[in-house]
Amino acid sequence: MATNTSVDLRTRLQNWLPKLVLAPSFALVLIFVYGFIIFTVYLSFTDSRMLPSYGLVGWENYSKLFRIREWDVAIKNLAIFASLYIVICTFIGLFLAIFLDQKIRGEGVLRPIFLYPMALSFIVTGTAWKWFLDPGIGIENTMHLWGWESFQFNWIKDRNMAIYTIVIAAVWQTSGFVMAMFLAGLRGIDTEILKAAQMDGASNWQMYRRIIIPQLRPAFLSAFVILCHLAIKSYDLVIALTGGGPGNATAVPATFMYSYTFTRNQMGIGASSAVIMLMTIAAIMVPYLYSELREKK
Amino acid sequence: MSVASQDNAMRTGRAARVFIYVFLLVFALFYLLPFFIMLVNSVKPLGEITGGNMIALPKVWTIEPWLSAWSTAQIGVEPTGLRPYFWNSIRMVVPAVIICTIIGALNGYILTKWRFRGDTLVFGLMLFSCFIPFQIVLIPMARILGILDISGTTSGLVLVHVVYGIGFSTLYFRNYYAAFPTELVRAAQIDGAGFFQIFYRILLPSSGPIAVVCVIWLFTNIWNDFLFGASFASGGAAPMTVALNNLVNSSTGVREYNVHFAGAIMAALPTLLVYIVAGRYFVRGLMAGSVKG
Repeated sequence: MATNTSVDLRTRLQNWLPKLVLAPSFALVLIFVYGFIIFTVYLSFTDSRMLPSYGLVGWENYSKLFRIREWDVAIKNLAIFASLYIVICTFIGLFLAIFLDQKIRGEGVLRPIFLYPMALSFIVTGTAWKWFLDPGIGIENTMHLWGWESFQFNWIKDRNMAIYTIVIAAVWQTSGFVMAMFLAGLRGIDTEILKAAQMDGASNWQMYRRIIIPQLRPAFLSAFVILCHLAIKSYDLVIALTGGGPGNATAVPATFMYSYTFTRNQMGIGASSAVIMLMTIAAIMVPYLYSELREKK
Repeated sequence: MSVASQDNAMRTGRAARVFIYVFLLVFALFYLLPFFIMLVNSVKPLGEITGGNMIALPKVWTIEPWLSAWSTAQIGVEPTGLRPYFWNSIRMVVPAVIICTIIGALNGYILTKWRFRGDTLVFGLMLFSCFIPFQIVLIPMARILGILDISGTTSGLVLVHVVYGIGFSTLYFRNYYAAFPTELVRAAQIDGAGFFQIFYRILLPSSGPIAVVCVIWLFTNIWNDFLFGASFASGGAAPMTVALNNLVNSSTGVREYNVHFAGAIMAALPTLLVYIVAGRYFVRGLMAGSVKG
């Protein structure tokens, strides 16, 4: 009788053990991610300034936010940056992958070269490009020394052009990664179909347009989602490359949030800008993750 | 990435192949150029940079910039060089990676071999946490670290990185263990093996590859983090990335570009080393973190 209950207890404990082991880390995620999100959303409806305060002010922070010129600049910059970044990365990635897939000699050397920037910190990338693009000592100066006296490249100091230097550095950093995604997609294509098409006399162009590129749809989707997500979150690179300047010409939502929350003591407005960033990312990630999880079942 | 036999090569003429090689080589140069510039300018005297050509090799070679960046350069207000911050980063990365990997392995094991009602929801909530913009948690995190009295410390950063790394480590191990035959687990259960025994004896011995992927991913991400470091440990406990940014953007005195470049390479070296030694796993981690199929 006694042994019976102890066995019973043991099996019951065994049944609970997995949940008990999972519980602490799940609780951490619930508190530190979802609890914090709720807290920040709440703050965005309060009159918090230097410290959190709990006087509710309704939608005031949001209506203020959209009247701030710097937020306007940040949104426009993000739109320019994200669209160019995504399009250029996808193009470069796709072409590098297609070309690398042509039985290239030295592929084993080229592939790691295309990809290594992904291992670097954006602060390192930012430092390298910051001085390389600097008109005083960088590429402009080099061209002058090589005899091309009229060469001008001062985008990084130009209010209207500085955002494009961030595109250049960001493309340099991640296009190799997009290449790897497409290359994996290309290597997964069923070669039988291609052989059949070849036998039917399809040209290279037709093969890529009609058969291969359509089959890369999942890779396009993943690349798009990942690049979107990276673009919206980009903070380090902007800080290292331009510091958001000249003036606030290269401000993006991430730098805006930081400066309003921690240096300008407008925590309520900072929180509301963070909420908008989260909403934007959620609008892209939630459907994507949902479909990925469902497909698995 | 898997390098299967490639049969989708085009039937191309000589001109097309030359074009392809030129295209690939031009891009290889484009990717190598910034690193080349960092390298050559980190071993030049400052005068050769300000008064000379950035792309040229040094006329006089010197390791002075490296020594200065490591131990004497001005970081913020202290002339300590990057050395203490390098160790800060090590002290932050190592515990965070170990804790996160262990938690991720256990979570992945539970979510695939001890399934329960609502496990997909639990996993979904963990998965989404990988992709939030961290701006949304900065303010409450600063409060909590203050309350726990670990703001501005390395332990505080370890906590932050563990919490936001769990999602990824769980994702890796879950996807890996999902392919592991559940029958083996059931058989062991019938033989009377317990929860932890099954984990140690059956799953762990074959977890090597995914553990490497997970460790590399976490190491790279945590080492390269700037936002959390800048927000929660900008003083003496700052990690390498924050210190490097302070070095480059300090406005006092002459801009020592060669020291900046040497510092940048130092900050890049650990992750670059990992990439060179275990590039295959690095790529696999990147792909698994993006293509969850």
